[in-house]
Amino acid sequence: MTTISENTQAASVAKRDEATGLIGFLPAKAARALVLGGSVLTVASCFLAWTWTPTFPGDLTYYGSPAGLQLQVLVLGLLTALFALSSYGVKGTRWLTPAGADAAVKVAALAAFGTTWYTVAAISISLGGPVNLEPGGAIVAFATLITLLGALALPFERPSVHPVDPEDTGWDQFKHRAGNGWTAFKGAFAATGTARKLPPMHSSVEILIITGILAVALGVFTYGVGTEYDELFLGFLITAGVGFAAINKSGLMQQATQLTKKHQNLTIAGAFTAAALFPFTQTDDQYATLGVYILIFATVALGLNIVVGLAGLLDLGYVAFLGVGAYAAALVSGAPTSPFGVHFPFWAAVLVGAGASLVFGVLIGAPTLRLRGDYLAIVTLGFGEIFRIAVMNTDGTSGPDITNGSNGIASIPNLNIFGFDFGAEHAIAGFTIGRFANYFFLMLLIMAVVVLVFRRSGDSRIGRAWVAIREDETAALAMGINGFRVKLIAFALGASLAGLAGTVQAHVTYTVTPEQYLFAGPIPPNSAFLLAAVVLGGMGTMSGPLVGASLLFLIPNKLQFMGEYQLFAFGVALILLMRFRPEGMIANRRNQLEFHENDETPATPVKAGA
Amino acid sequence: MTTTTKTADATKAPVAGETVLDARGVTMRFGGLTAVRDVNLTVNSGEIVGLIGPNGAGKTTFFNCLTGLYVPTEGEVRYKGQVLPPTSYKVTDAGIARTFQNIRLFHNMTVLENVLVGRHTRMKQGLWSALLRLPGFKKAEAEATEKAMELLEFIGLQDKAQHLAKNLPYGEQRKLEIARALASDPGLILLDEPTAGMNPQETRAAEELIFAIRDMGVAVLVIEHDMRFIFNLCDRVAVLVQGQKLIEGDSQTVQSDERVIAAYLGEPVAESTPEVEAPAEDAPAKDAPAKDAPAEEASSEDEATEDEPSEDDSAEDEPAEDAPEAADAPESSEDTPHDPASGKENDA
Repeated sequence: MTTISENTQAASVAKRDEATGLIGFLPAKAARALVLGGSVLTVASCFLAWTWTPTFPGDLTYYGSPAGLQLQVLVLGLLTALFALSSYGVKGTRWLTPAGADAAVKVAALAAFGTTWYTVAAISISLGGPVNLEPGGAIVAFATLITLLGALALPFERPSVHPVDPEDTGWDQFKHRAGNGWTAFKGAFAATGTARKLPPMHSSVEILIITGILAVALGVFTYGVGTEYDELFLGFLITAGVGFAAINKSGLMQQATQLTKKHQNLTIAGAFTAAALFPFTQTDDQYATLGVYILIFATVALGLNIVVGLAGLLDLGYVAFLGVGAYAAALVSGAPTSPFGVHFPFWAAVLVGAGASLVFGVLIGAPTLRLRGDYLAIVTLGFGEIFRIAVMNTDGTSGPDITNGSNGIASIPNLNIFGFDFGAEHAIAGFTIGRFANYFFLMLLIMAVVVLVFRRSGDSRIGRAWVAIREDETAALAMGINGFRVKLIAFALGASLAGLAGTVQAHVTYTVTPEQYLFAGPIPPNSAFLLAAVVLGGMGTMSGPLVGASLLFLIPNKLQFMGEYQLFAFGVALILLMRFRPEGMIANRRNQLEFHENDETPATPVKAGA
Repeated sequence: MTTTTKTADATKAPVAGETVLDARGVTMRFGGLTAVRDVNLTVNSGEIVGLIGPNGAGKTTFFNCLTGLYVPTEGEVRYKGQVLPPTSYKVTDAGIARTFQNIRLFHNMTVLENVLVGRHTRMKQGLWSALLRLPGFKKAEAEATEKAMELLEFIGLQDKAQHLAKNLPYGEQRKLEIARALASDPGLILLDEPTAGMNPQETRAAEELIFAIRDMGVAVLVIEHDMRFIFNLCDRVAVLVQGQKLIEGDSQTVQSDERVIAAYLGEPVAESTPEVEAPAEDAPAKDAPAKDAPAEEASSEDEATEDEPSEDDSAEDEPAEDAPEAADAPESSEDTPHDPASGKENDA
C-alpha cells in the first residue's frame, strides 16, 4: 500500500490518517459506540408515533405498535444493531458477519437512513411540512443520521490512489480529485475480506438453514407483492435493495450460496414449494393475480435466457412466440369468437401452442441463423411487428378471418383438467383458492418444466455447444460443432417454451388481442421488458431472469403514480445498472468462478522471442 | 540450448505409413489476389510435417483451406482417401483438428468444459437425450469427462480443470488449445504457430508435447516461425513463399536450399557491401545489391552449418516481413527483390 508521492508533507499526512473513516474527526471507538447507540435508538423510536394524523397511509400514529414503514425501519435498525454488536465481537453474533462487520454496518446504516428519511420526507411533503412530525419522527430521523455518521466514521483501508498532477489543467485536476474521492468512497463500503468457509454441519442442519432462507425469501416476496400503497412499496424497494446489499457485504450471502450450491436440487424443490405456498398466505385472489402474471413473465424470460443468455442470439421479437402460443391455444379453446369451433382438451392445446411456436421459430430461424451478428436481431424485431400486424389484419375484411383482428379472441373459457375447474374457487385445507391461484399453480408447473429444460439442456453436450458458439463461433465450428443446427435448436426450443407459457396466458387473461404483444410498452410481457429482465437479472443464470422479471413486473404495477414517466425511469435504471453492475443482479456461475480465483495469476502473455 | 539429440530423435522416427492428408493443387484466390497457388502437400501417419514461410506467404490461408474454413478455389484435399467436405465442423468430424494462431479458447468456460466442447463430435447425445436424461446420457457424459481429464493430465492441467480458461497463463492457454483439439480423437492435428510468444523453456516443453502427440499416433502438421524448433521437430518441412510451395524435404535439404535462404534473407553476394541498413522499398528494380546487413550477429546457429556460405548465421530467424512483395516469380530467386536486413532479428 505505498503511495507514489510519499516525499511530500501532504502525502505523509494523508498516510497517517489512513486508518480513519470518511468522516475524520470521530475516533473509531466513539464511532462504533455511536453506531450501536444510534441503531438501538432507531429500533426504540419505531415504537413511537411518527405523525399525528392517520391521513398518511399506514397510520403511524400509535405508540407501541410499529406499522407500515415503521416496520421496515425496525427491521433495518435491528440489522444494523446486530451487525454493530458483531463488530464488537460479542459472542453469539459473530456468525452474522463472516466477511467482516464494518462494511455491513455501513450499508445497513445507509439502508436504515434511506428508508427513514424517505419516510420522514414523504410525511412532510404529503401532509405539508415537517411540522406534521410527532417527536418520534424527529427522533428516528436523528437516530438514523447519527448511526450513519458513526458508520461512516468507522476506519477503513483506503485504496491507493494516484495523486493529482499539479501540471494538469484545473478541470483535469478536478476530475482527478473527483475520481479519487469516488474511489475512496467505494473503498469505504468495500467488504474487507471474503467469507469464511462454513463449518462442517450435519446435512439436516444445512437443509434447515436452506428452509429458513427460503422462508425469508417467501416472506420478503409476499410482503413486496402485498404492499398496498406507493410509499410502502418505495420504502420496500429501498429496504430490500440496500438491506440485501448489507447482508451481501456481511458475507452471509456468500455462505448461503455455498449451501444452496451444495444442495442444488433440494434448493430448487424448496423454492418451488415456497412459491406454491404463496397463495396460501393470501386472503383473497387479488395478489394471486399479480403472482400468476409474474410467473408468466418470468417463465417467458427464462425461456428467452436460453436463446440470449446461453446461445448468445439476440432475439428482439420474443414476445411474438408467446403470442403465437396464446393465439393457437385461444383458437382451439372453444371460445365463441374463435372461427374454429373446436374445443381441444388442455394437453392438446398445449401441444398445439408449443408446436405452433416451434414451427414459427424454425421458420424465422432457418434463414437467419446462418448469418452472424446483428441480422438475427433485425429479423426478429421485424418478426415481432409482422406477427402483431398480421394478427391485426386477419379479421375477415383485410384478410382471411382467423384472429378477429384488433378485437382479439375474447371469452376464452376456463380450463378444466380432469374435472378440476380452474374458474371456480376451491377449498384446500381450509384455505380458499380462487381462480388466479389455480392458474398460479398451473403456471408454477409450467415454470418447473422450463426450469428443468433450462438446467438439463444447459448442462449437456448441446448446452456447452451453445456457450461455445456464444464465446467464439469460428473456434466452435472448428471443434466440430454444427453451428447452424445448434443455434436453430436453441432458437426453436426458446420459441416453443414461450408458446407453452402462452397457452396458459390465453386462459388467464380471458382475451388475447394483438396489443398484448408489443415490442415495447408499459405492460410487462413485451419484448423489451423480457430482454431487460434477462439482462437485469443476469444472463445465463437461472434465478437471474426470475428476479429480474419479478422486479420489472412489480415496479410498474405498484408505482402507478409514475404513469408516463415509467419507461423513462426504467431506462435510467437500466443505464445505471449497466454502468455499475454489467453482469446483472445475479452473477453468472462462471463469473463467480472468476471472482473466487484469487490464487491464480492473470493471463499475461509471456513476451519472449518473436 | 543445443538440440542435437532432438534432431536425431526426429530423423529416426519417420515410419511413413499411410497417407493421412493429401492436398492436391490447392489454390485459393480472394478476388484478384492469389493467396495460395497450386500447393501439393501430403502428410503420412506418424509424421510431423512443418510448414514455414515468410509472413504473408499464405500458410494460415492454406491451413484454413485444409480445415474447411475456406473452400479452395481449385484443387482438392483428401483425408485418408476421402475428399474433405467444405465445412469446418465436418472436417473436424472426419478427423482433422486444429489450433489457432491467436488463441481462440472459450474464455468464459472452464478448462474442463473447453476440452469437453472439443469432444463434441465424438458424442452423439442430442437435445432429447439431455432433456429426458435417457439411459446413455450419464454414461456418455462420464466417459467424455474421463477422456477430457486424461487429456488434461497429458498436458499437465488436471489441477486447473475448474479454472476459467481466460485466467490461465499464456503458455497453458496454448496447451489447452492443443488438448481441446486432441479431444476430437483426430488422425491429424494442425498446429498454427504453437510456440508463438513462448520463451525457450516453454518452446522446449511444446516440442516434447508435439513428440508425445506424434507418439499417440496422431500425424502433425505445424506452422512455425521458430526455425530451430521446426528443424528439430519435423520429419519433413515444406516452404511456402508467396503462396507457392518452394521446396519440400527434410530439414537439411531445406536449410541448405538457396532459394529458401533467399526468400527469408535476400540474396547472398560474395562480399558484403558496407551499406548500412539499406531500406528496401525502392529495391525491386536493382537486383541484390546488399543484403547481408550487419544486424545478424545476434543469433548464431549451431545446427545449420553444413554448407552455408558466410551468411548462414541468420537462416533460422524471423522472416523478413515483406520479402515477397512483388507478386511474381518467386522461384527465379536470382533477381527477386529482397530486403536486406529486415530489422526483426530477435532470436526466438
